[in-house]
Amino acid sequence: MSQPTHGAVVEPAAPGGRSTTAQADDAIAGSSRGDGVYRFLTTAAAWAIPLLLGLITLEVVLAAWPAFETFGLSFLTSSEWDEVRGVFGAAPMIYGTVVSSVLALVLATPLALGVAIFLSEFAPSWLRTPVAFLVDLLAAIPSVVYGLWGIFVLLPFLRETVMPFLAGTLGLGNTPFFSGPAYGPSMLAAAVILAIMILPYISAVSREVLMAVPRSQREAAMALGATKWEMIRDAVIPYARSGIVGGVILGLGRALGETMAVTMLIGNRHEISSSLFAPGYTLASVIANEFAEATGALHTSALMACGAVLLGVTLLVNAIARWLVWQVAREGR
Amino acid sequence: MTSSTAPTRPRRDTGVRRATALRTAGTLTRRRAVNALMQGVMYVAALLAVLPLLLIVWHLAREGASSISLDFFTRMPKPVGEVGGGMGNAIAGTLVLLGVASAIGLPIGIGAGLYLAEQRGSRLATSVRFLSDVLNGLPSIVMGIFAWQFLVRPLGHFSATAGGIALGAMMIPLVTRTTEEMIRLVPTSLREAALALGYTRWRTSLTVVLRTALPGIVTGALVAVARIAGETAPLLFTAFGNQFWSLALDQPISALPLQIFNYAISPYDEWHRLAWAGALVLIGLVLIISLIARYATRSRFGGGGD
Amino acid sequence: MRFRALSALAIVTIAACGGGDAKSGDSTVASSATSSSSVDLNGAGATFPYPLYSKWFSDYATNLSIKINYQSIGSGGGIKQLSEQTVDFGASDGPMTDEELSGAKGGTVLHFPTVLGADVVTYNLPEVTVPLRLTGAVVAEIFLGKITKWNDPRLAAENPGVALPEKDILVVHRSDGSGTTYIFTDYLSAVSPAWAAGPGKGKSVQWPVGLGGKGNEGVAGTVKQTPGTIGYVELAYANQNKLPAAHIKNASGAYIAPTIETITAAADGSAAQMGPESDYRVSIVNAPGANAYPISSFTWLLVYQRQGDAVKGQKLVDFMRWMYGDGQSSASALDYAPLPAALATQLTARLATIQVGATP
Repeated sequence: MSQPTHGAVVEPAAPGGRSTTAQADDAIAGSSRGDGVYRFLTTAAAWAIPLLLGLITLEVVLAAWPAFETFGLSFLTSSEWDEVRGVFGAAPMIYGTVVSSVLALVLATPLALGVAIFLSEFAPSWLRTPVAFLVDLLAAIPSVVYGLWGIFVLLPFLRETVMPFLAGTLGLGNTPFFSGPAYGPSMLAAAVILAIMILPYISAVSREVLMAVPRSQREAAMALGATKWEMIRDAVIPYARSGIVGGVILGLGRALGETMAVTMLIGNRHEISSSLFAPGYTLASVIANEFAEATGALHTSALMACGAVLLGVTLLVNAIARWLVWQVAREGR
Repeated sequence: MTSSTAPTRPRRDTGVRRATALRTAGTLTRRRAVNALMQGVMYVAALLAVLPLLLIVWHLAREGASSISLDFFTRMPKPVGEVGGGMGNAIAGTLVLLGVASAIGLPIGIGAGLYLAEQRGSRLATSVRFLSDVLNGLPSIVMGIFAWQFLVRPLGHFSATAGGIALGAMMIPLVTRTTEEMIRLVPTSLREAALALGYTRWRTSLTVVLRTALPGIVTGALVAVARIAGETAPLLFTAFGNQFWSLALDQPISALPLQIFNYAISPYDEWHRLAWAGALVLIGLVLIISLIARYATRSRFGGGGD
Repeated sequence: MRFRALSALAIVTIAACGGGDAKSGDSTVASSATSSSSVDLNGAGATFPYPLYSKWFSDYATNLSIKINYQSIGSGGGIKQLSEQTVDFGASDGPMTDEELSGAKGGTVLHFPTVLGADVVTYNLPEVTVPLRLTGAVVAEIFLGKITKWNDPRLAAENPGVALPEKDILVVHRSDGSGTTYIFTDYLSAVSPAWAAGPGKGKSVQWPVGLGGKGNEGVAGTVKQTPGTIGYVELAYANQNKLPAAHIKNASGAYIAPTIETITAAADGSAAQMGPESDYRVSIVNAPGANAYPISSFTWLLVYQRQGDAVKGQKLVDFMRWMYGDGQSSASALDYAPLPAALATQLTARLATIQVGATP
């Protein structure tokens, strides 16, 4: 049995100090060996996270160093990926990662926002839960299943219907963006599957921030005679803007790191091409395809360097996204 | 325009002011039409957003359902080109990997969640919270190459353990976050009452607070497990794959997502059939876990949150 | 009660985390002796012979209860994993370069030819019902991106009377490090100076055009699904998937279809090159011989000369002995050409040079 401390004074909370829970505990309870063990274990568990992150970053950067040292900045700008001659440049992968992700954002954001607005403003209450559930369920589908469906359903659809339509019927085939033969596996295919995959993330965050907009905003707009759509456009969305942007950037972060579905649909080609019909490569895909067999220290290091670039970019994007979403959360309270 | 009272200014200067000016210029009919149109657009958007899911599930059911049989669950893969065979070893392998992953991810995640909930404002807690979200966004392929460098290469062989640890590390941020949130939902009065009755702190945390929050934590754990059940990239260089039935932790092991990937990119129709069936089973597994998690949360906390 | 459970769990967790690292200094002898491993041997590598290997390993497991787990991750993968000693043997259809040999961590690596196969040039042209005839130079031009349409005059010249469609040629190559690629580029380098000066010969080259498929499986899959494509795959993959194989003009001037006979004909001269001292890293592309298929090749099993683990080493040698005996008889049913008998005998004798149970 523990002894309560005598005459304990509850210290005022110092900024960034311990929470009131711990203080209250100190005031009421004494300590025991069990507490020490418990505190140690939970602290150790908490430390595991930064340690893991640090270890991963360290390991990847160290392994990537030889490639950066050998090629310098040209690693990021060169398109040459020649295993025979030992020259590696990641420009096509960086291009592919960025283009497929940004295009996915362009495709997904209006749709996600539309669904979010639908769910927060227009949907009758009986429809709200099922539709929200179905959209959120998209996030639960594993990447490899998206890839499987992509190969057998999406690719033939793109190759036989969409691409000829874009190139021929709409006449866009003469523009550099839609030129070239319609293979099927292409930047466009990767962007479409990514758009489907990031839709639930953007939608979920947007839905939350839209619902968090105070009623006073809505009522003020209505009181001024706005129609429902005008209220949404002028009062709700601007208020929720930074949260929505945070959700969009979160979706971007997810798209940047996506591996399996993209590998199965992008065509695996080390080349920068302006056409969306052309095959491409992403940082994640090149690692998935070539890592298991990269003999030669430089090839392995080049792949690790791709991993390092990917790591850096996704960490940065995710950090920005989290910060933005937290900003909104703080303001709303 | 009726304006019997002066309009109350919104707290923040949003686009309302600009919109007010526009409104006086436009006609009511046009605005009503735009409103109706946008309403329609939103309905269409919702439909389009739901469509891929329905399509995927429909294709899975159509292509894969006919291949689901007892054979599928019990047989091993056959040599190339031969008909028949199943994914018994892949399903078993996935379960083994999930077990190992949970053994790693759950204790660390729950422990960290407890720490974050109790030491809420400390510097370590704030950083860990942020870094946990950052870890969550780590591309799974990077986790895979890290696991290969750290767990496969030094040991000299691929193994289920390596795959399980890679997956477990990915579980940690999810479990941490849900644990912290669930613990924070427990009223402090409960904790204080226990302490006042003479419970030691660790006992309070574990037997009173944790136990109260346990259903929520369990569902969070289930959601995390469901998410990593479908992960393929970390397994490419760790679990490696195995043609035979194997539950050994120090040997390469098959896994459902790995097998689906290998079969999907192959030219053999037989393997494609198995890939669809495998995908159906995988999705079924994920959906069942997600549904249990949703159902449990809803009934416990009265339908709060999305 | 709960505390005990939790601390037990914590200890197990910490032990599991720590135990993983403490096992460094690979103790395969100890672990294989004590743990009842469900798999006896792990191998990785070439997709080229995978249809045959999967049959061999399956038969071997059924008949002799020795389980050999083989993952077809590509020849490059086999070489790498063998070099890192994460698998017990590797398989490749591109022989290891001197640089790769010196990088292998377990010492000397021996090349053992297992069977003969061929790279076929396959395509997806439903309109064309007879096999296309191609020369090495034309194939090189296609893969260099110089010939871009199926009805190009250079193709029409080789195929009089065949109505070639006016479609784009969609090139498919390998995205992973591949022995099949090695064989193909070896051939192209031999018949096309432009190719030799450009992408060159290797398991993974800088392809001027085309998209990448993973493994022979991936290339065959892509060609099968996409009309207008051309790619290179091992014969078994083309046959199993009912994909056509082009007839290639060989060094003697005849257009040869890839069959077991023509592959065997290509290997005819090679046995003379491989005496008892040979390391068996022999290329037979563009072989002389009236009936030789020009893109044929051996495929090799890669094993360390010194097998530190006596149990595993013996199992490996036993399997290879079986492979040179009974194994060869199942090759032709799966569209692989068995090794010439004299060579198989020579190789069985060569197995004795593997030092099983040698202390490293």
